Amino acid sequence: MKKIKVNEKWCLGCHLCEYYCAFANSGIQDMVKALKDMQIKPRLRIEQNDKISFAVSCRHCEDPICVKSCISGALTIKDNVVCIDKQRCIGCYTCVLVCPYGAVLPSEEGAVRKCELCTSRSDSKPACVQGCPNKAIELVEV
Amino acid sequence: MPINYIFPQFEILRDQTRCIKCRVCEKQCANEVHRYDDDYKIMIADESKCVNCHRCVALCPTSALRIIKNPHSFRENSNWTSDTITDIYKQASTAGVLLSSMGNPMSYPVYWDKLLINASQVTNPSIDPLREPMETKTFLGAKKHVIKRDDKGNIISNLSPQLELSTPIMFSAMSYGSLSYNAHESLARAAKNLGILYNTGEGGLHEDFYQYGSNTIVQVASGRFGVHKDYLNAGAAVEIKMGQGAKPGIGGHLPGAKITEDVSKTRMIPIGTDAISPAPHHDIYSIEDLNQLEMSLKNATGFRKPVIVKIAAVHNVAAIASGIARSGADIIAIDGFRGGTGAAPIRIRDNVGIPIELALAAVDTRLRNEGIRDNVSLVVGGSIRSSADIVKAIALGADAVYIATAALLALGCHLCRTCYSGKCNWGIATQREDLVKRLNPEVGYQRLINLITAWNHEIKEMMGGMGINSIEALKGNRFMLRGIGLNQKELDILGVRHAGE
Repeated sequence: MKKIKVNEKWCLGCHLCEYYCAFANSGIQDMVKALKDMQIKPRLRIEQNDKISFAVSCRHCEDPICVKSCISGALTIKDNVVCIDKQRCIGCYTCVLVCPYGAVLPSEEGAVRKCELCTSRSDSKPACVQGCPNKAIELVEV
Repeated sequence: MPINYIFPQFEILRDQTRCIKCRVCEKQCANEVHRYDDDYKIMIADESKCVNCHRCVALCPTSALRIIKNPHSFRENSNWTSDTITDIYKQASTAGVLLSSMGNPMSYPVYWDKLLINASQVTNPSIDPLREPMETKTFLGAKKHVIKRDDKGNIISNLSPQLELSTPIMFSAMSYGSLSYNAHESLARAAKNLGILYNTGEGGLHEDFYQYGSNTIVQVASGRFGVHKDYLNAGAAVEIKMGQGAKPGIGGHLPGAKITEDVSKTRMIPIGTDAISPAPHHDIYSIEDLNQLEMSLKNATGFRKPVIVKIAAVHNVAAIASGIARSGADIIAIDGFRGGTGAAPIRIRDNVGIPIELALAAVDTRLRNEGIRDNVSLVVGGSIRSSADIVKAIALGADAVYIATAALLALGCHLCRTCYSGKCNWGIATQREDLVKRLNPEVGYQRLINLITAWNHEIKEMMGGMGINSIEALKGNRFMLRGIGLNQKELDILGVRHAGE
């Protein structure tokens, strides 16, 4: 089972992961077209203060409280990845409230926004892992 | 300032149609070139601060940035060039010695590019390194002239200490202080993994890196920073630094700003004090004095470690090397005038010293003629840029090469030549914590391993082409080289024939 591992020691707070994430999940082939003059909608966020920064995204918990709390069955576990079915999500944000990591994000599109390790998009490594210039976000076998 | 004599060297071209205002350029520029203009809602730049290090260009996710040479110019003049005029303006305003970093950038001849390598055809067939064994393993240290055997015919082993390298490449001296912790960790880990050596430079050895001791050359320079018994014994060899190619004849000066707590502890000097290395070693004024230091270091290390003496390539290098070869040194390292540095006065860097190719050929010839070539191994550095340069260096007579600029390039250096500013955007030549962390040693050490692995493959390919399957058989084999576009004097010094001969 592969999980995202974030190492704050190497995070530069450059926010590129957010942009690569937003681009990867935009469904648009060109980054400029996807992100120019837009409010970007990444599925992970950089948390930072003066001294420290790191990317926060879904931990894909073994026993995810968000899945348990989902009243419409929109959140499910597929191959160890917590996935969101946008058709089913009713936007109650219970999952947003219960996630201890703040990794499920509200969205204006109605359904919540969360990391699916880019599994619904492609077979390759997640966009944040590929886009991190300093290997602060890695996909590791656990 | 009412009159600004100096115009920006570079122009930053930002394709506003591509810029997505992610502001990564702004966040990553330690020179504070880029910023977001809230009124115009676009990214703008202050080009006067740009050093053309490409950090912003490399990280821009939409390739919206280009940095070009500023086409603005002084009136064209072959004698008073733009650089010359600007330097005068700078000195007229500061009264200071001008500093720059990295090696001599002037357009002096590069002899590596005027030497061509041989290949076998028909007779003495070439060898395919992918199918047949090919040896690049190298031993450095004094070799015996004669082999002695005991009554039973067994060889009496009385060889002085040797360094074993998997390939004839070492990372040359760059101190902790001039380089960041992460750059040093990358070099140390890569050296260990590759079975080669890296060099501490004169800044001592950080306590975390003692574990890489068997792949470390510990340096003793004129400032004697960080030198103590454990340090000397931690390494595989001890190097006495007499000179440096980038600035022969002068010492070093690491500004107090770079003497952080860790650097201070490693160098054994107070935090924030300038680390000044004197121009000479104050206890060495002759070959006999040099011998005393060599013997002191050998005694301190129980005669178990070879002693390297590093000198800059200067006019009388052959005679100097001859003296060193008789002084008890095991290895002589020669640094050519293109060798890098964290900081050197521009006039020294650009005008002092000689090319390493000529120095190497002259030294090897002299030592052979005097019958003392086996007393020492020869290591050369000072702008070894590729595996071809290495093959040529070995054919000219070197036992191994030192690389440093190439290693830094592998770590991300873009040769912007402003190491002295301490604001290296690539996390290499800086002690600023936020910048140091930009070089993840996990990434850095792998890139160094990749580079040396690639070069080793290429060395084997070239050796195979010549029908040579052991680096020993290439050593000093100048018949494998031909000069191109060189005059007779240059050919004589290099000891090679002209192409076609």
